Amino acid sequence: MAVGPMKMRATIAGGNTDVRVLMVHPMTTAQMKEGLHHIKNVVVKQNGRTVVEAEIGQAISRNPVFFFRLKGGAKGDKIEVSWLDNKGETNKVDGVVA
Amino acid sequence: MTRRSLLVLLGVLLAKPLAALAAWNETAFGAKSAADALKSLGAASPAPSTDIVIEAPQIAENGAVVPIEVSSNIPGTTSLAVLIEKNPFPLAGRFEFKEGALPFVKLNVKMGESSDVHVVVVAGGKPYVATREIKVTIGGCGG
Repeated sequence: MAVGPMKMRATIAGGNTDVRVLMVHPMTTAQMKEGLHHIKNVVVKQNGRTVVEAEIGQAISRNPVFFFRLKGGAKGDKIEVSWLDNKGETNKVDGVVA
Repeated sequence: MTRRSLLVLLGVLLAKPLAALAAWNETAFGAKSAADALKSLGAASPAPSTDIVIEAPQIAENGAVVPIEVSSNIPGTTSLAVLIEKNPFPLAGRFEFKEGALPFVKLNVKMGESSDVHVVVVAGGKPYVATREIKVTIGGCGG
């Protein structure tokens, strides 16, 4: 299974910004026949500023889904989420808060 | 040292800062026990805290996708790590929250078998922990 596109949805809820992101990625472990292939870094940016930096390992499920919450925020804020995996592949998605 | 190897070395040195932009704690993720992983994260012997909230199923039927939601009510929380005690490599992920982010994350993890799941929060430079046991019917690490 190959790496694919990302989906992201950011909405205002309870005065904060909820960011849900889906990454299409095999996230295979060293024990699997496909060999180790996993995302290592995930970065969330709000209006160009880094707000969350994650380091993840092979224990994150296939096609990772993350839900982050940002303080405050407003409709129209720009949200960008990107990842880098152990094979040097990267992907990124951006959108505005609805 | 030949001219060529000097050029290669220079290339490696120049490439290094780029790689450093995306830090990944290889020692912590490669640790085979939660305690060793915490040591590598600089969060050894965390103090138990009831201000760390873990929302997860008591029983997960499918170990390949176990949803875990965590948040910290400890003031000054800067990072949060999820460790699955009985996984071959316990550290699943570490999240750093900068100014503007709430110390909250929901993620799906793989669990090889029933295990304690530790959430370790660093707040004001000090480590805190909360633990929850999740039972797994079918493990999700091999295959």
